[in-house]
Parts: sequence; structure tokens; C-alpha cells
Amino acid sequence: MRNVWTVATNTLREAVRDRVLYNLVFFALLMMAAAILVGQISIGIEQSVIISLGLSAISLIGIFIAVFIGVGLVSKEMEKRTLYALLAKPVQRWEFLLGKYGGLVMTLAVNTAAMALGLYLALWSVKHPLERGDWYVLVAVYLILLKLALIVALAMLFSCFTTPFLAILFTVALYIAGVFAEDLRTVRAVDLTPATMKTIRGISYLLPNFENFNVMGAVAHGKAIAGSLVWHSTIYAVLYSAIVLAVAAQVFSRRNLK
Amino acid sequence: MPSLAIEIENLSKEYPFGFLHLKKKKSLEDLTMQVQNGEVFGFLGPNGAGKSTTIKLLMRLIFPTAGTARILGKSIEDVAMHQNIGYLPEQPYFYDYLTAAELLDYFARFHGLTAADRQERVQRMLKKVGLDTAKKIQLRKYSKGMLQRAGLAQAILHDPQVVVLDEPMSGLDPLGRREVRDIILELKKEGRTVLFSTHILSDAEMLCDRVGVIVGGKLRGVGTPGEMVGIASSGMEILFELASPELRFPLVEKAVKTGETYRVHLDESELYPALDQLKAAGARILSVSQLKPTLEDFFMNLVDADRAQANAVEVSGR
Repeated sequence: MRNVWTVATNTLREAVRDRVLYNLVFFALLMMAAAILVGQISIGIEQSVIISLGLSAISLIGIFIAVFIGVGLVSKEMEKRTLYALLAKPVQRWEFLLGKYGGLVMTLAVNTAAMALGLYLALWSVKHPLERGDWYVLVAVYLILLKLALIVALAMLFSCFTTPFLAILFTVALYIAGVFAEDLRTVRAVDLTPATMKTIRGISYLLPNFENFNVMGAVAHGKAIAGSLVWHSTIYAVLYSAIVLAVAAQVFSRRNLK
Repeated sequence: MPSLAIEIENLSKEYPFGFLHLKKKKSLEDLTMQVQNGEVFGFLGPNGAGKSTTIKLLMRLIFPTAGTARILGKSIEDVAMHQNIGYLPEQPYFYDYLTAAELLDYFARFHGLTAADRQERVQRMLKKVGLDTAKKIQLRKYSKGMLQRAGLAQAILHDPQVVVLDEPMSGLDPLGRREVRDIILELKKEGRTVLFSTHILSDAEMLCDRVGVIVGGKLRGVGTPGEMVGIASSGMEILFELASPELRFPLVEKAVKTGETYRVHLDESELYPALDQLKAAGARILSVSQLKPTLEDFFMNLVDADRAQANAVEVSGR
């Protein structure tokens, strides 16, 4: 695991030295300021507006980073040939892949934590002390991070066998399909045969179910989040990501670098 | 330690191309060769001959269509073997957000070196390749030559037994090329094996114990630079100056004038009559030397033959 950790920490260092990340944090803080403004003109619902807007910003910015930087993790190294000298060291290709993945997830964790802090500051500015229900925001942030980790895995998988442009397209398409996975399971259409319905339902179970990680509505209204939901979502994200990364490693292990 | 540092057996590489990847282009064809332990081996060939393909196959950056290779007796598939090899890619490019010292430290970590050992080696290597004054500058500000030096440093940082350098002189000024030559000779002195690719023949003649010439994906010959070009003389060369520029005699008509110096190429049988002519004219003889074919002549003959064959195939429509 030493090699994985070395690649991961270097990936984190790359992200930290990349000014795009700082701009995104700045953007998140700007969103918080907007939330405060909205809170001031929405009497009585400041808290839910700030939480909804804040969590949406954290999620959107995170998705943007996960997709665009996630796709670039491997493809940029191949394109710039920075990978050549590294793979001549005693490093397995899967170690490189896992390290890059870990590095970006760590980056997202740092970034998300910074944005969550901004959200709490915004919340505290309109209401203090904070109540017990406000701490469920942390649960929502944690679930967003799990979602982002899964998106990074998918972005890496696609970038292992196709062009960066197509990898971005596939990842975004799969994300949108995954958001509606739950709806596909309960879809009722009169003009579809039972066999087609079964196929659609089967596909819906294969898709990553991103709605598992969405508790924004409940948290914005101060509702408690069940511990079982957190556990199930954690296990789901870890298992799904592990499977996706295993397939990515398999594809990448025999990829010719030109 | 095995006597062979690198063993390559029937290594071939084909790349699919065209619609649905149905067509195939052969980049390397049935390559078999060995590099002895402790020797400097030059891999020669024009651009696109298959040199980098062979090196990338050895470094497992690409995978062979057929054949096998071993380094220090171990299969190239064995990642642990990479502990004992160093590699400089062609036109290297590294993480440009790192400084040279950070880059070397990063690579050293994969060899399991301790922090103190890493620090000592990084400083030593930066000094060796002449980057110690630029060690705190990010690589994005480095010139091509400086990147080449950083690449060389990372290749030899961990004291590898086998060093593989892909076009190590490329992008370097004369001073840089000389320093790389010195490093290669130093590695040889330390008993390490060096395989390097180049199309600069004078470097190969100067450094290599043996060379392998590859053209069109096929190995055309392996041997010492002397063996490759043969020892047969291809004539004599006389350099001379005339006492008076107005003097005219048959040898002067045949010679090429550069400044005040005349240069003439002759068969060996024509040497003494030519010297008689020069003596009679009171000319000053600067040098008389035997002409031998150079590695460049050998190389160019192979390339010309290959092109002629390619044209013949094209004309016949095969």
C-alpha cells in the first residue's frame, strides 16, 4: 500500500497547487453569501434556504471536480507521458490507479470539508446557537462525499478505455441515469410488455443509484437521518466503487501507452 | 548475477489501425538480441525504426504481440525486477508542478528508501546532472535540456543495475551531451549495463561496446562498431597545401580546395605516384590517412537499401 499512498499524496499535492480548486472554494463561499441574502428576504425560512442552497452548491461543485479531474487523472498522465517514468519503477498499474483515485477522493474530502465549514458559518450568521437538527447537515455532506467517490470511480473507468471527451460524456450520462434509477424501478407504462418492464427494472438495479445519497430535503427541514441509511449508503458506495475500480484496473493493466 | 543483462526473444509488436482496427502495422518484427552484463549497448536506427517500441516493450509500457524478454534473468512481467532498472523516456515530461528535488524524492519513495537516504541521493543526483542550483524551481519553468537532465537523474537515482535510456542526448546542447556521455561512461566504470537508443552515430561510436542496428522494425546487425563497418580500407586521403596557388597538375585538378588546403581521395595503388607529384611541385603535405567506412556509412547503406525495398514493394503493388 506504500506505493498507493505515495501516488495519492502526490495527486493531492497536484490538486492543491492547481488554482482551479481555490476558485471553486471561492465560488462556494460566494454561494453562501447569496444564501444569506436570500435568507434575509425569506422571513422564517432562512435556515432551510441556506442549507438547501449550500448543499446543492457543495454537490454541484463536487460533481464538476469529480467528473473533469476524475477523467483527467489517467488520461492526462497518458497524454503528457508523465506516466512513463513512473511505470518503469516497481509499481503495479493497479497501484497507480488506486493511488490516483485515493488522491482525488482526499482532495474532494478537503474541498467538501472547506465548503461545509462555509455553510455552517453562513448558518451561524443567521441563527445562533445552532440546534441539534443542524448537525444533520454533516451527514448530508458525508453522503455527498460518498456520491462523489463513486462518480470519480466511474470517470476513471471510462477514461481507461476511451477519449477524455467521451469519458466525460459517459460519466455525466451515467450520473443522470443513476439519479433516476429509483424512478425506473417503479415505472408503470401501459404500452410496455412485461418482458420489457423486467429488463428496465434489471437495468435500474445495475445503474448506480445516486438517490441513495440524497438527503438534502430532509436535512433542510431539520429532520433526523436514520443511521441505517448512512450505513447502507456507505456499504453501497464502497462496494460499487470497488467493483468499478476493479474493472478499471483490469482494463488499464493491458492498455498500451503510445 | 546472470551473465546476460537483457535477453529478447522473437519480440514482435503490431498496432491495429484503420476502420474497426482491421488493418495492422508491424512496428517490430521478430527481434532477438542480448545485452551482456556491464556493457554499453547502443541501439541505432532512424526515426520510426522501432527503437522506442523495443524500449517501451521492455518497460512494459506497451505489450508484445509475440515473444518474450527478460532483464537480469527475470521476466519483464515481474514488477519486482524494476527495482534494478532505471529508465529515461524519450523527450521526458514530468509533473510540472513539482521541483526537481520533489520529483526525485517522489520517485525515490517507490524504491523504499528511507527519508535520510532519499535526501542524500536527491542532492547527489542533482549535483551530478548539474541541476543543484535549479532544484527549487518548478519543472514547468525548465528548458528541454534541463528536463532531460532531471530525467537522467531519476533514472539512476536508485543505483540500478541496468539503465535504459531512450535518446538521452536529444535536446541537449554540446556541453549537456558531453555530460551525458560522461555519466554513461561512469555507469560503465561502476559495472552497470547501459542500453541506449540514438540516431547520433558519433555518440554510439564513442561510447558503445556493441551496437545493434534496427531499420524498419527489423534488427539488421549486432556487433562492435568496428565489426559493423568492417576493417577493410576504402582508400587513402591526402591533405596538402601548394607553395604557389597558380600551380596546376593532375592531382590538383582532382582535389577539393577548402581555404588554402587541398583534399584528395585516391586508391591505395595511386598513393606513391601522387606523393611524387606533390614532391615535384614542392607542395606541403599536411596528412596522409587511410579511409575506413564509418558507422554512418554502414547505417546509411542499410537505410537506403530499406527505402529501395519499400519503393520496390510500392511499385509492384504488394
